[in-house]
Amino acid sequence: MRTTRLAVAAALAAAVAAGCGSPEPAARQSGSPSAASTPVKLTYWTWAPNMDKIVAVWNQAHPDIQVTVNKQASGDEAAAKFLTAARAGNPPDLMQAEYQHLPSFVAADAVADLKAETEPIRGEFSEGLWGLVTLGTDSVYAVPQDSGPMMLFYRKDLFDKYGIAVPKTWQEYAEAARRVREADPKAYLGTFSSKDPGSFAGLAQQAGAQWWSISGEAWKVSIDDAATTKVADYWGDLVKEGVIDDMPYFTPEWNKALNDGRLLTWPSAVWAPGVLETNAPKAKGKWAVAPLPQWSAGENVTGFWGGSSTAVAAGSKHKEAAAKFAAWLNTDPQAVDLLVKEAAVYPAATKGAAALTGAPGYFSNQPGFWRQASAIAQTARGFTFGPNVSTAYSVFKDAFDKAVQAKAPFSTALRTVQDAVVADMRKAGFTLAQ
Amino acid sequence: MRSGERSSQTRAAASRHDTGRRGKAAPRGTVAPYLFLTPAVALFALFLALPIGYTVYLSLRRTKVSGLGLGRGARKEVFVGLDNYAAAVSDGELWAGWLRGLAYGAVVLSVMLGLALLFALLLDSARVRLARFSRIAIFLPYAVPGVVASLMWGFLYLPSTSPLPGVDFLAASTVLYSMANIAVWGGTGFNMLVLYTTLRAIPQSLYEAARIDGASELQIAVRVKIPILAPAIVLTTVFSIIATIQVFSEPTTLKPLTATISSTWSPLMKIYRDAFVTGDLYSAAATSIVVAGISLVLSFGFLRVVRNRAFGEA
Repeated sequence: MRTTRLAVAAALAAAVAAGCGSPEPAARQSGSPSAASTPVKLTYWTWAPNMDKIVAVWNQAHPDIQVTVNKQASGDEAAAKFLTAARAGNPPDLMQAEYQHLPSFVAADAVADLKAETEPIRGEFSEGLWGLVTLGTDSVYAVPQDSGPMMLFYRKDLFDKYGIAVPKTWQEYAEAARRVREADPKAYLGTFSSKDPGSFAGLAQQAGAQWWSISGEAWKVSIDDAATTKVADYWGDLVKEGVIDDMPYFTPEWNKALNDGRLLTWPSAVWAPGVLETNAPKAKGKWAVAPLPQWSAGENVTGFWGGSSTAVAAGSKHKEAAAKFAAWLNTDPQAVDLLVKEAAVYPAATKGAAALTGAPGYFSNQPGFWRQASAIAQTARGFTFGPNVSTAYSVFKDAFDKAVQAKAPFSTALRTVQDAVVADMRKAGFTLAQ
Repeated sequence: MRSGERSSQTRAAASRHDTGRRGKAAPRGTVAPYLFLTPAVALFALFLALPIGYTVYLSLRRTKVSGLGLGRGARKEVFVGLDNYAAAVSDGELWAGWLRGLAYGAVVLSVMLGLALLFALLLDSARVRLARFSRIAIFLPYAVPGVVASLMWGFLYLPSTSPLPGVDFLAASTVLYSMANIAVWGGTGFNMLVLYTTLRAIPQSLYEAARIDGASELQIAVRVKIPILAPAIVLTTVFSIIATIQVFSEPTTLKPLTATISSTWSPLMKIYRDAFVTGDLYSAAATSIVVAGISLVLSFGFLRVVRNRAFGEA
């Protein structure tokens, strides 16, 4: 009597433990690779819109490998959820992984090495993007899907009204910021968001920052290097001077400022048209795009903000099938075309440029939008993310929040981030280069 | 008076029944009681003891990385004893979070329970009009989920969308009160209802007696109703203490809107950040145990202090 009760309790406990990650473990395990009659079943966690439609095309053509899309909340939450599921032993087979989270997935041994499977498609991607999925090692941890080269979005109508030229250097951007304050005391040229470390990382990349790097068998962390300090103090000084606002992006307040024409620029990434379309519908057709201002005149470089890849979970029972799907999704001409049209991503594959026809609706008055975007994308600098980006980003938000509030130097906040990241890596046991 | 009679009768009946049973049931009743206990014990073990045990287990461990931490076998779980606890207790952010939580709790407890008591007494007094409507109107915010309420208030607080543009509700000096306001708005109705229900259970004869003795409505409220309400007030206070220690959804929802709320604003937010943002389940487990311990001490400490006073000789 007692033993059966214990057995029931143990079975229940196991069921509870197994149930807390993904709801589909059973579906995944039911597929068997050896039997040709029963198709391999894969689950795919993604937050790209309309991905189920793209997957339906694959499922139609590949009856032996059936993929099920499991829609996720975007970004950080999905990353945390994936790591938890991987730790619990029931991850999805495929996962949309933002480039900055990939190293933490690799460090947690949660994603598979796809070196052999991706050999034939390597030539489809630029060196810079490929580096984001190899982390500078010999392994390949994901297939690049989309990228977010940064560019400057600006209110063409208001620039014309106030007689401001599109800034070519950050120096000119600062001067334009002062001009805007004089022309309209209620408006700002831009805002510094302490809540978006991804945006700051992109601006630092443009200046030549390299926050993490691998030298030999050790990590080198230099978040407070000269290039990043220069970027931090540039924005810190403008905020302190009061010529750049300090409201965070993606808040109702920010939406309102964009709609009312009280924010004249947004240094953002290629995916910005979608955001502007939803958040500032009133200003449609008034925005234009230009390359980011440069640190020295005559230069032509940019950084990445966002972008993601398709990774295969180390715990997947069908790695080969999953890798096949990941390669198809991100390099097959039909799939890339669908990614652009249905999921509205800026494809990572170089041949994706062919799929980019007609400007996004919000920029319908700029027929050359995609030509300009892909020209800018070519100028993006390479970057390596480290194994604890989420710690860095979390500390960044708190430290820069404080600096913005106290109008304190941003370089001090940057040092806080550097120290916290180094301490965190040391505590975990990573080998650090001095 | 009548209810007192009835309860003493039942008690007598029950004790008679008890003594009658005890003699016969004792020799054979060894399995049945355990059988009846099984569901409760099983549920307790599965959903309380087991998770707590697992949390304690996690809190004594940590992953150790070697080299670059990339590739297979670069990371393994090791036993670290009380290291995580030492780190949790020595982290200034946790205690700063407690201080913020205490200040927030002091505001919420005093204003919310004060209002709840006031409303309950007003609704219970004979002269109030529109009692049913007011009761529902005050209770209604409790039905609004915390996250929705926080978002709604967040919009009202943001300078450009606020109806009071001159005031910065999310500045460093005001954010605590703005957050307390959300909790008060949402929680007053529930606590009022608990107190009001207790008031309705008081026999009218007590008030009649007080009136015959010449007490005014105010005197009845202060001298008769509040002392009788004391146990209910203690109950709502303990619930509210626990709720303020666990404050999470309001600051988490407001956080993206302002630079004044950090990711470790309240103790639970720090636990969430450690577990799900920076991916350190082990530290989060240790901090959870510390927070649970402190909230146990606080709520039972409060109960102990007020027990004699509130529950009389019991």
